[in-house]
Order: sequence, then C-alpha cells, then structure tokens
Amino acid sequence: MHLTDEEQDILARGDALADAFREQIQVGEFFGAERMVPVSNAHFMGDPEVFGDAGAAYLARLTAAGLRTAIPTSRNATCVDLEHLESFQQSKELAQGEIGVRKQLTALGVMAVNTCIGYQTLYQPRLGEHVAWGDTGTVAYANSVLGARTNYESGTASLLAGMTGRTPAYGFHLDENRKANAIVRVAATMGDLAHWGALGAVAGTRYRGYDNVVAFVLPDGVIPSSDALKHLAAAIASYGSMAMFHIVGQTPEASTLDMARGERGLLGEGEFSQADLEEFMGSYSPDDLAPDVVVFTAPQLSMFEIQDLALKLEGRKIREGTKMIITTNRSVYVEAERTGLLQTITGSGASILQDTCWYLMDPAQQRKSFGWNTLATNSAKLANIVKAHGYTPTVLTTAECILASTVALVASGAVSTQKGN
Amino acid sequence: MKFNLTRAVGKTIEGEALVSPVPFSARYDLDRVNGVISRIGHPLQGESIKGKIFLAPGVQGGVAAGWALLAMEARGVGFAGLVFGDTNPVMVQGAVTAGIPIASGLALEAFEQIKTGDYISLDPSTMELTVLESFRVE
Repeated sequence: MHLTDEEQDILARGDALADAFREQIQVGEFFGAERMVPVSNAHFMGDPEVFGDAGAAYLARLTAAGLRTAIPTSRNATCVDLEHLESFQQSKELAQGEIGVRKQLTALGVMAVNTCIGYQTLYQPRLGEHVAWGDTGTVAYANSVLGARTNYESGTASLLAGMTGRTPAYGFHLDENRKANAIVRVAATMGDLAHWGALGAVAGTRYRGYDNVVAFVLPDGVIPSSDALKHLAAAIASYGSMAMFHIVGQTPEASTLDMARGERGLLGEGEFSQADLEEFMGSYSPDDLAPDVVVFTAPQLSMFEIQDLALKLEGRKIREGTKMIITTNRSVYVEAERTGLLQTITGSGASILQDTCWYLMDPAQQRKSFGWNTLATNSAKLANIVKAHGYTPTVLTTAECILASTVALVASGAVSTQKGN
Repeated sequence: MKFNLTRAVGKTIEGEALVSPVPFSARYDLDRVNGVISRIGHPLQGESIKGKIFLAPGVQGGVAAGWALLAMEARGVGFAGLVFGDTNPVMVQGAVTAGIPIASGLALEAFEQIKTGDYISLDPSTMELTVLESFRVE
C-alpha cells in the first residue's frame, strides 16, 4: 500500500496512534487497497452489550494512551435507555457499563449522540464525500441516497478512522464498485414505509452479497421520502448484507439506468411485483388476536414519523395485554416533547425510548421477562433480527400496527369494546 | 492437499479444522461466553470453536459482529483462524482487531474435501490452505 509522508510519520511514532493505523492498514491490505483515503467524519457503533469487557478494555487502552478523534465522530444507538431502565427490566450493570462507555467515548472526543439516523438529524455528507460509518443501515443510506462513500466500518474500525482521519480505499470508496450489477423494476403499489422495507428485504434476499449493488426502477411519479429510503436501506443491508443501491432518476449516481450500471456485468434482473409485496407482508383483520408487542424502531424514528404516529394514536388507547414501543434519538425526543407530540404518544399508553434502538436492548431477555411471543412492526429489518431472539414477527403497515394494538376512546374517556375501531 | 486463497492477512497458523456448510454469523451463531456454536438447528450446534480454524462458505450479520471476535479472544475461547468462501469488511475488521488470521476465496468444492477434524495450516503470506492430516472415522 502506498502511504504518504504524513502517513509514514504516523507509523514511525511507534505509539498507540501508530498501532491504530497499523490495524487499518492490515484491513486495507486484505482488500488490496492501494492507499488510504481521508474521511471527513466517522460514525462508531459499540455498546457494553455487544462488546463486553474486552471492548471496554479496548476503549480504556485508547483513553489511557491519550488518543483523541481527529475528525467529527458520532456514536450509534446504544443498548440502553438510562431513563427507562426499570420498565424494561434492564440490568443496573448494563447501565453502569453504558455510563462508563459514554465517559470513555467523551474522553476520546466521540459525540455520544446515540443515533442510527444521524443522516436525518446530525449531518448529511455530500456527493463524493468519503466517510467511515459503522452501522449497516446508515452506510447503505450514505452510499445510496447521499452519494457519500463508505464501507461497513465495524467494531473498532470506525473509531480508528476517527483517530487517524483516514480509512483504507477499497470497496465503496472506489468508482468501479459503486455501479449496479442487478436491476429490480418495482411494479407493486408502495403505500407505506413497511413496503419500502419489504422491497429492501426481497431485493436483499435475491441479490445477497456485500459487493452487489441493485438499481431500482420505480413507476413514474413514485418518489420515496427520506424515511422510506431509510427503511429500504436498513432492510437491504439486513437481508442482503448490501451497502449500496441506486434509484434510477432519483439518487445522485443514477440519473439514468446506464449511469447506474456503467460497464459492470449483470448478475440478475427482475421485478418486485404486487404478489412479491403481499407475500412478504403480513395482514391484520379486526378478528385477529392482538400481538403481544408492537415496535416502531430499526431505524430510530424521525420527527415526521413521530408526528404520524401521534396523529394515528390520537383518541386511541393501547390494548390491554399489548405493549407498544417506539424508539428515537435524543434530539427528536426533545423536539417531540416540546411540540406536544410526545404527550399524545405516551397518553395513549405507548412507551417512547431515546438513545436506543429496541433490538439492541436484549429482546430475548425481554421476551422471557414479559412473556412476549408475537410481535408486529412496520420495520422489515426488525422482523429479520427478532426471529433470532425467539419472536414470531409480522410486518404490517404503520396503520395496521396501530389498529392491531389500540382501541378507540369513546367521548367519555371509556374504551370502546369493539375490536379495531 | 493444497487450496488457493484470494485474500488473507495475519500470521501463519496450524490447527484443527471446523467446517461449516452454512454462512457464519458471529452474533447469532455463537455462545460468545463459552465459544460454542449455539444457534438452534445449526449443523455444528454444540461444537466448541476454541482454538479451531473455522471454515464457512460466507458470512452474514451486521457490524456488531466486529466486536464478537475480540470478546471471545479476550475470554480465551476464540477461533485460531477464519477461512471463508466470501467475506465482508465486518469479519475482516473484527479478526484484525482480535489478532486472528483471516482469509477468503476458498473454492466451494473445498468444503466437500476438507472435513471437521482435519489438521490444516493457513499461510496468509502464500495465500494457501494446506491439509496436513486428514481425519477419517474408520
């Protein structure tokens, strides 16, 4: 790998920063990177649940060595909401661990904003901007929707990039790897955020593989919102381990299908039909049993999604025997509180959590603690993850999730007994 | 019996092979405390991964997997090495942090020829995996 004079100087220091840089070089050499590329910012994912004592010790070593981030470095959602510990039976040890990690991250110069939607609330990198982000959904969104450039930067990798201000130039940092090698023509009617997650799930399953890039061709006039693209990105990463897609005529590197594809060979081409959508989605009718738990998360909700839920929950109450959980980041939480949306949501009986994304909060333990089994969500990504935690998930539209889990309040404040009203 | 690899990094090692016919998820396949394959229905369920050179056709799972290898290494129950048909940055970054040699590009037919229990070597400098002794049940 070619290193600049400045980079060779980092190695020559022989200190903790040199060790960090050497780790990055090894990863680059594995992937045949010819050089390092400067990155403008980094996004770190790690919490006490996922990295345990070894991760905490790793952070402690960096802190003790006096290292600090050289570029803005944010932190992803974490495993705990410190203000709702008891209601979710989260352990004090985990909370103490989280407090310790936040202190260490702060000492290292990392902003513990605890969000997986930083691209909606914190910073949007621009076309061609190289970054080092460590959450699969954020990576897919950055590459696809913003035209920024990043690989999955897992574990320590994004933190090291934050320290050195560089990352190895391989994968999605290079032009040739950003071209589409699969095409999906969308024929289904896309009416809800859940449908965009379904599209990501089906395309991800069909063309699974980190190196694969799908070009979506949408019907005329269909222009997905940022939230819709967020669900698409999260799902295609979750089901397909993929890090990039294009939407022809809409995303920055896909003015035309030819531009999206370049000279790259075609792995496959197909349709996302109404039948494909309906096969993926669950359904709900008022005679069905209510799910044990309904979760809006993965990714955290934007202010627009919070407002939509507040409107849908107004005049309704969560059914007895059902739990509704909503997660967002702190900045959205604070604004929701200030604008009164939070009170509408909590007034219905729903729980809203900040700093976390529910699947990071040990869902298997919650299933045991609360006796939950059936789960409804509008997040295709969450449905994919919770199967491994023993849940039986159903992906419903946002409105169906509300219908399945709430009843209408009548004028006196009493609860209507008619299901689904 | 030698097999070529296309990408590899880390020191040369020898050890017992643990061969998985299915893609590997560090987060969902493993009991990370004890270093045992724990996912219900996994073809290697109950097998210890401690000190083994693990072979799998591919990888799956999110970036959280990057921490799992370090966590197991620190507990002394980690892999000796990792060899995949295809891999992604998550596993490579995790292996490098944990100091575990990792390689990819192992041809799919190798998964029929190399058996769990074979004694193998992994040499990242020459990009070669060699079966030193075959384990065969008589």
